[in-house]
Amino acid sequence: MSVFLIKRVLQAVFVVLVVTLLVSYAVRLTGDPALMLTQGAGSVTEEDLANIRTGLGLDRSFLAQYTDFVGHALVGDFGRSFLGGTPVARLLADALPATLALALVSLFLSVLVSVPLGIQAAVHKGKGADQCIRVVSLIGLSFPNFWLAIMLVLLLSITFPLLPPSGWDGPASLVLPALTMAIILSATNVRLVRTAMLETLSAQYIMVARSKGLKERVVLYKHALRNCAIPLITYIGLQFGNLIGGLVVIEKVFNWPGLGTLAFDAISGRDYPVLQGTVTVLSLVIVAVNLLVDVAYGLVDPRIRNR
Amino acid sequence: MTTQTAVFQPTGRRFDWRSFEFLGGAVLTGLMAALVLLSVHIFPDRGAAMDLAARLATPFASPAHWLGTDPLGRDVLARVLVGGRISLLVGSLSVLGASLLGIVIGLVAGYYRGFWDMLLMRCVDVQLALPFILVALTFISILGGGLGNIILFMIVSQWVQYARLVRGMVLSVREREFVMAARAFGVRDLAMLRHHILPNVIGPVIILMTLNVANNILLESSLTFLGLGVDPLIPSWGGMLADGRTYLQTAWWVTVFPGLAIMLTVLGLNLLGDWLRDRLDPSGKV
Repeated sequence: MSVFLIKRVLQAVFVVLVVTLLVSYAVRLTGDPALMLTQGAGSVTEEDLANIRTGLGLDRSFLAQYTDFVGHALVGDFGRSFLGGTPVARLLADALPATLALALVSLFLSVLVSVPLGIQAAVHKGKGADQCIRVVSLIGLSFPNFWLAIMLVLLLSITFPLLPPSGWDGPASLVLPALTMAIILSATNVRLVRTAMLETLSAQYIMVARSKGLKERVVLYKHALRNCAIPLITYIGLQFGNLIGGLVVIEKVFNWPGLGTLAFDAISGRDYPVLQGTVTVLSLVIVAVNLLVDVAYGLVDPRIRNR
Repeated sequence: MTTQTAVFQPTGRRFDWRSFEFLGGAVLTGLMAALVLLSVHIFPDRGAAMDLAARLATPFASPAHWLGTDPLGRDVLARVLVGGRISLLVGSLSVLGASLLGIVIGLVAGYYRGFWDMLLMRCVDVQLALPFILVALTFISILGGGLGNIILFMIVSQWVQYARLVRGMVLSVREREFVMAARAFGVRDLAMLRHHILPNVIGPVIILMTLNVANNILLESSLTFLGLGVDPLIPSWGGMLADGRTYLQTAWWVTVFPGLAIMLTVLGLNLLGDWLRDRLDPSGKV
């Protein structure tokens, strides 16, 4: 077990290193921040630009800049924003709760909807209920998530002005983005729950539970659901990167003050440290979730542990 | 290969989901593709003509503009159909490129194992850890948007999926008896891969391809919507949604119809993908 764990952790560290390396390299190809900073500043000589670059530490070799970044990142220092000079760590700390709130609320809503629906679809496999749920979930997978966001704005803040369309203006602002994310997540999750439940329901212990005369609700939610939790968690872990990606776009559409909006603004402003910090944090979260899932799965399933 | 539910019940008595999936998928995909491909002949002006007298015409009101017009008086139906060409082009080319590359690499990695296999699997790890849309944004802000770059990006970022799928299947197929028998007959590696291994792994690849055409249409529209994709002057679904969003309050139809077009096309492809999955991949590898 410990060998598996050590191997898995080393792999994760390697992945994070490669990801940050790729991102820091790519970020530096996107354009010259010195030019961005001096835009509209009147006459700017080549010397001024060079001074700005030296000031930002951009005159050194890429490798020196990268090792510097990693060294500082290890102690939680992601540098300062090129625009405004705020420490990146603080920007991240400000944006992270908004992103987490959105992710958790929408995940919760989605579980609330997709678990019962997925179970019902599996129980009534091939019948009307199953087919309805399958068609609806397939439709849910068939439109761009930003379009759903726009349609919800059209419905709930323009036609019926119930909710604020964007930004952060009290808890009511959370409703539309969270609803959008929840619908998108549910479309995938219903199908996952259905598949996992179908497999579990054919197991013999379910037949035993039923023949004992247990109530159907107990059989489904206590015996079956618990047993398909593991494959479900694994799959959701694998999909976590997509979840984050969807979140980034939804944040942008609703101008939600989270990591996604932060990253977008950093890209358009050539704000290397902020973008580097955001992508590092996001990929760390994804890698950590995948690692947790793998380890948890390995604990339960010896075949995977010994691979 | 298919699970024969029909054996246990008289056919025709119950609604047959599988044939509904196939029919629905084929009709939707075929209809949308035909309309989009013929659009240039139906609307020779390619949706560029501005009917200034009929600006912001509401949909279903006049036979000249079935789906209404935008604030410049351009016909929404014409622009939706002409704009679909971008989506179909991006969807099909990106998937062709990525699957070709991925199949070759997956075959080699799975068949020969060793160093290349390890390298592939680390690529898979990295790809899984990257926040995809952020990478897309970074990549595109380096290279600039545009049709070619979007397709290139999709190929670069998606070949891994095919390679991983093919590798996994090759690992099990290469241990099967018929492969050993072929080897005993002295079949060379290249012929072995082409005639014995590839035909046995291609089914799930086709499913993945179908689903990825759908995904890439969605992805292209997202990128273009965010202003990082296709030139905003060319009509495209994502571009129309970005445009329409600014006058959502006055003209909902400019935003609703391109979105519906995306939905119908992608839904058709998803139905086909699901149907193929039932037929070609009952054990659920994709």
